[in-house]
Amino acid sequence: MAHPVIQLKGVTRVYSPGSNQVWALRGINLEINRGEMVAIMGASGSGKSTLMHILGCLDRPSSGQYLFANQDVTRMTPDRLARVRNREIGFIFQSFNLLSHTPAWENVCLPMIYAGIPRPVMIRKAMAMLARVGLKGREEHLPNQLSGGQQQRVAIARALVNEPSIILADEPTGALDTRTSIEIMALLQQLHQEKGLTIVIVTHEPDIAAYCERLVRIRDGQIIEDRPVPEPRLAARELAALPVEED
Amino acid sequence: MDLYAALTVAWRGLLANKMRSILTMLGIIIGVAAVIIMISIGQGASAQVTSRIASMGSNLLMVMPAASFGAVRGAGGQVNSLTLDDARAIGELPLVQNVAPEARSQVTASFGSRTWTTTVNGTTAGLQAIKGWQMTAGAFFSNDDVDRAALVAVLGPTVVANLFPSGFNPIGASITLNNLQFTVIGVLPSQGGGFGGADQDDVIYIPITTAQRRFLGQGVVPNSVRMINVQAQDTTSLTAVQEEITSLLRQRHHLGANQDDDFRIQNMTAVLDTVAAATGSMTLLLAGIAAVSLLVGGIGIMNIMLVSVTERTREIGIRMAVGATRGAILTQFLVEAMILSLVGGLIGVAGGIIGSKVVAMLAKWPTVLNPMAILLAMGFAALVGIFFGYYPARKAANADPIEALRFE
Repeated sequence: MAHPVIQLKGVTRVYSPGSNQVWALRGINLEINRGEMVAIMGASGSGKSTLMHILGCLDRPSSGQYLFANQDVTRMTPDRLARVRNREIGFIFQSFNLLSHTPAWENVCLPMIYAGIPRPVMIRKAMAMLARVGLKGREEHLPNQLSGGQQQRVAIARALVNEPSIILADEPTGALDTRTSIEIMALLQQLHQEKGLTIVIVTHEPDIAAYCERLVRIRDGQIIEDRPVPEPRLAARELAALPVEED
Repeated sequence: MDLYAALTVAWRGLLANKMRSILTMLGIIIGVAAVIIMISIGQGASAQVTSRIASMGSNLLMVMPAASFGAVRGAGGQVNSLTLDDARAIGELPLVQNVAPEARSQVTASFGSRTWTTTVNGTTAGLQAIKGWQMTAGAFFSNDDVDRAALVAVLGPTVVANLFPSGFNPIGASITLNNLQFTVIGVLPSQGGGFGGADQDDVIYIPITTAQRRFLGQGVVPNSVRMINVQAQDTTSLTAVQEEITSLLRQRHHLGANQDDDFRIQNMTAVLDTVAAATGSMTLLLAGIAAVSLLVGGIGIMNIMLVSVTERTREIGIRMAVGATRGAILTQFLVEAMILSLVGGLIGVAGGIIGSKVVAMLAKWPTVLNPMAILLAMGFAALVGIFFGYYPARKAANADPIEALRFE
């Protein structure tokens, strides 16, 4: 039985700087069910970033309908959208987007601050989440004292901490080397399998898309392909096969 | 997001860039300190002047010559309408307690090889009672000395210091004033500086009769005096005394009903009011100048906050992505601006208090710390923080999260 967490119906997004209109999205129909791990692929300029912004409630469609967990996001006020982002969506960015000069644990606390969670609970959850992503002992580190992979783990902890319905990852391995990329994908696959987390990964790398169970390909603002991936790569297994590296 | 969270977030934001926060605060610190120092200087001056005038006695009147039609003028253009006899007549009035006319001239005093140019002031014994002087040494001259036009002198401390070697007891010493021998019989207590910095201690008092005969020359009007100090029995009888003197002098000066007074009577209370008003407006002026610096401090806050908002665009984007509402962002930056201005204000208050003490110590200028002024400066600083923090904060809150996240 399918529980769609995301339903896009004929979604368009038109930018109109002056008179010449730019169609970033030209009628997207997409359903993503709870517990899926989906890759959205496309070249730059294909509209995948715009789609990601709309999925992440950072932007609103020009026309069409977007239902998030059966709620119509299309007509929500900016404050309501902020609330949806806060409670239901966890973002992972290519450039990590951690607050500099701010220790790892406080970065993880950020979504909880805006959720109004009491401070003691907040600190406890942040510490637990950092341990979960393998950063125990590095809670007080500042982002610039952490490696790229570790920074992305902090970002993942931050994305997970409010127990969102969906994780939106925008090129999550774009700034990482191959081994670290596999490590991050292993972590995401693990979270997906153990907790049934819904994960949407936006990427232009087929290698990364191959870790997902479903592939949505987008070009010129339209979906041109939507198929299951027959045998997704298993990051954990690949990692075990790799020669051990000094950390 | 509750207030505590907002404060923590804002505090963190400020700590992340300590140097900039401190520099921003500096404007407010200087502004608040300046307001407090300026007001305390102004009020100190006002308090000093007021107390000095009050110490002269609130039951005092000063009768001075005034120009009127047909009045006789002296060489300097001064009016010589009052005489020693006028003073004596005033002294006969029932409600008058003491009368002391004054007539002054410049003299060169010498003792041995030392000389000193000073003011010689002729008066009567009544002046000591009017001024309430406790003599430092010796005694003031008596009315008997005045009647005899005795050659005796009472010296101010400045004159003593300049005419005698230190430690020398001047009582009984023989000094010459313009080649005339006088015996020193008393030394006045120190009275400090007068208005405009004139040294009130640089003076020699001699009987007015002696002064008129020996120093004032044969004036156009014999017996003329510069002014007459009158002490009423008490403050309540002041108005009555003023009226009595007016009618007495008009009668003595043979003034017709349609003629103006050829004298004027000054009431110390009136002088006090005038001086209070003058020092009040000086305080206001100083505070106004200081307030301008506070305003500049506020503009500094706005400037830095605007830079800060631009610099932290990405942070704003991140916060919005993880669920910060526009209100939360607005609050954060507004609270940051308010912390800057309030902490700056508090440091400024401390600086202002210390500063006004330092001014009091170094410039020997009494300063009066006014709690109202401190509150006012703090309140103004807080307002400045809100006012100049609002625009940058709104700019931050209105940022587009997508654009903000892309910002490098």
